[in-house]
Amino acid sequence: MGKRVGMEVSIAASEAVRLANVDVIAAYPITPQTHIVEHLSEFVNNGELDAEFVPVESEHSAMSVCTGCAAVGARSFTCTSSQGLILMSEIVYCTAAMRLPVVMVLANRSLSNPISIWNDHTDVMSIRDCGWIQYFAENGQDVLDHVLISYRVGEDRDVMLPVIVNMDGFSLSHVVEPVELVDQETVDKFLPPYKPSVVLDPTHPVTMGAIVLPSCYTETKKAQDEAVKASMPIILKGWQEFGDLTGRYYHPIEEYRTEGAEVLLVTMGGISETAMWAVDQMREKGRSVGLLKMRLWRPFPFEEFRKAALKARMLVVVDRAISYGGPGGPVASELRSALYNEPKRPIVANFIAGLASRDVAPFDFIEMVDRAEGACKKGTEPEYEIYGVRE
Amino acid sequence: MEKLNVYAAKLVPKNENFGQGHRACQGCAEALAVRLAGKALGKSVITVSATGCMEVVSTPFPYTSWNVPWIHVAFENAAAVASGVESGLKALMRKGRMPQRKIFVLALAGDGGTSDIGVQAISGALERGHDFLYICTDNEAYMNTGIQRSSATPWGASTTTSPAGKVIPGQATWKKNMAAIAAAHDIPYVATACPSYPFDLMEKVKKGARVHGPAYIHVLAVCPTGWRSAPDLSIRLGRLAVETGIFPLYEVIDGKYKISIDLPKLRPVEDYFRLQGRFRHLTKDMIEKIQERVTREYEKLKMQERMTGGE
Ligand SMILES: Cc1ncc(C[n+]2csc(CCOP(=O)(O)OP(=O)(O)O)c2C)c(N)n1
Ligand code: SF4
Ligand SMILES: [Mg+2]
Repeated sequence: MGKRVGMEVSIAASEAVRLANVDVIAAYPITPQTHIVEHLSEFVNNGELDAEFVPVESEHSAMSVCTGCAAVGARSFTCTSSQGLILMSEIVYCTAAMRLPVVMVLANRSLSNPISIWNDHTDVMSIRDCGWIQYFAENGQDVLDHVLISYRVGEDRDVMLPVIVNMDGFSLSHVVEPVELVDQETVDKFLPPYKPSVVLDPTHPVTMGAIVLPSCYTETKKAQDEAVKASMPIILKGWQEFGDLTGRYYHPIEEYRTEGAEVLLVTMGGISETAMWAVDQMREKGRSVGLLKMRLWRPFPFEEFRKAALKARMLVVVDRAISYGGPGGPVASELRSALYNEPKRPIVANFIAGLASRDVAPFDFIEMVDRAEGACKKGTEPEYEIYGVRE
Repeated sequence: MEKLNVYAAKLVPKNENFGQGHRACQGCAEALAVRLAGKALGKSVITVSATGCMEVVSTPFPYTSWNVPWIHVAFENAAAVASGVESGLKALMRKGRMPQRKIFVLALAGDGGTSDIGVQAISGALERGHDFLYICTDNEAYMNTGIQRSSATPWGASTTTSPAGKVIPGQATWKKNMAAIAAAHDIPYVATACPSYPFDLMEKVKKGARVHGPAYIHVLAVCPTGWRSAPDLSIRLGRLAVETGIFPLYEVIDGKYKISIDLPKLRPVEDYFRLQGRFRHLTKDMIEKIQERVTREYEKLKMQERMTGGE
């Protein structure tokens, strides 16, 4: 058992990077990610972490540096938010396609315009299909643990994929939380050194990133899709082994008070903890409401999700991003299509809430459940709604 | 021996980092420059290519022309990927996870990938002081996408986005001086080169690779397809670019300018233009305007040499 200490979640993320003995860090400052880079450069300059800190001139170069060093067999880390993410997004796609297991923490923040430094999930949803494994953290402990788990899973020779750990900007990144550190010995047991089977090495020359013509392009994309799907058992194994070492077990979908629940709230990220409060209050009033927390976004945990969701009559999905003029929030859309083939599927109500850190309090969750119930009585699936718009 | 090397063709290393079978056009001087650079560097090198002609012609999957480790990620980031390769090697060697040995890191990009879309990444990499060599093969346009103008396209040249029109007769801006921009970063080694002077080019590549810190070599590379010139004239055209003073060969070593091939008298620029379709529309006035500028720029270079004491 590690020591339980109070620390800012950004510092917890940096501690995890230090524990993972990362070789190269390349990052560019952007609020609310800055505390992570600042702390990491302190580690390096104080000799507490033996790594190259590359103070790049942009996020585009941050991801390029990480990609280059992963190709020679070095363990790399970067972190960003919002505009930084979409600036680097071109290379984010390349890194996954080249099967290089970079790890990135995203302190999730809204996208411009209007410029907003506050939190929602519009940044990461813009790269939904980038081919990275994507986790969503709920609290500080989650962040620390998942940086370590990401290296372990991403670098597995049967996976070889980059991994994103999403944490909500400010509401997670900047708060002090009780966090149990993992001791180095345990980390070393859990996380072997990065040893990819193919690296850029003059003694065994390889060509990486060749041009592929239409005759083979489809096959490379099929292989990439298979690789992401095939990472699922290793993700589960990673969580199991991490749990055996630390006592903290994680799952793709986590259920909270779902026993016999007719209505399930569905959340992702930090607001899940507030949603738990709301569920407690509703349960106290005798209402049959539970909560599903999505921890794994890619690969999408179809099996676990269906198992959890099909018990309910209605899902109330709280999205933190918009697809303008589209079918609603990205999470609800995916959940709906995951349920489409089920003969008896729950109604999916969808609220887009908490944009740019607009507060989502327990009573808001209760309000959303009430409204969804009302619409449900009419017998039709309600249209998505941007919740809390001031008239 | 160093001097003798310059004339002893037989001493050119036989090794090919950039092997035969690539799909470059006939008479492509970019391919020649890359091949010569490979000979100069030897086997212990990791090459990072930007998107562009050289990347496309050399790696049509499942084939590759590269006998050394090679990576391509995107168009504008060769310098940043090379920064990552260098940083990774440095960390791994320091931490004892890899034997200590000299591995050169080479970044290769075209003029577009360097002086337009890649200028931020290269400026960052030069400023941070990574130990790597960046070679820009400058064929004075975006050839891979069909001869569009870049900031390295010379004034007056006709390209598909700076056509010789009735109102605007070709490229309306003067060529961006990327070597000067690199030199302004105060890096230990900057040079210009041309594969029409193969031994000079190879010597510069060796020097650039050996210095500690960033080195930048700007190579003028004749492109018969884009320049509308005969493929068998590529070597001659490179020489004419140098002899007219349009593309002078020089080095900037620790800030000291040194002209590699001194030209007491410049040939008229027209000798160079005559052989290229992209300049066919130039009028006498336009040629005069260019001549004036070339002469002035050459004088400026000589003055920089005198002022920095590089002679
Ligand atoms: C971000 C991005 N923008 C545009 C392109 C399209 N593109 C590919 S190669 C190229 C031109 C390359 O020109 P240059 O760097 O001069 O190399 P050359 O082909 O002339 O050797 C362009 C515009 C791209 N691949 N990526
Ligand atoms: S278009 Fe020009 S640079 Fe490209 S391969 Fe052909 S000759 Fe070489
Ligand atoms: Mg070009």
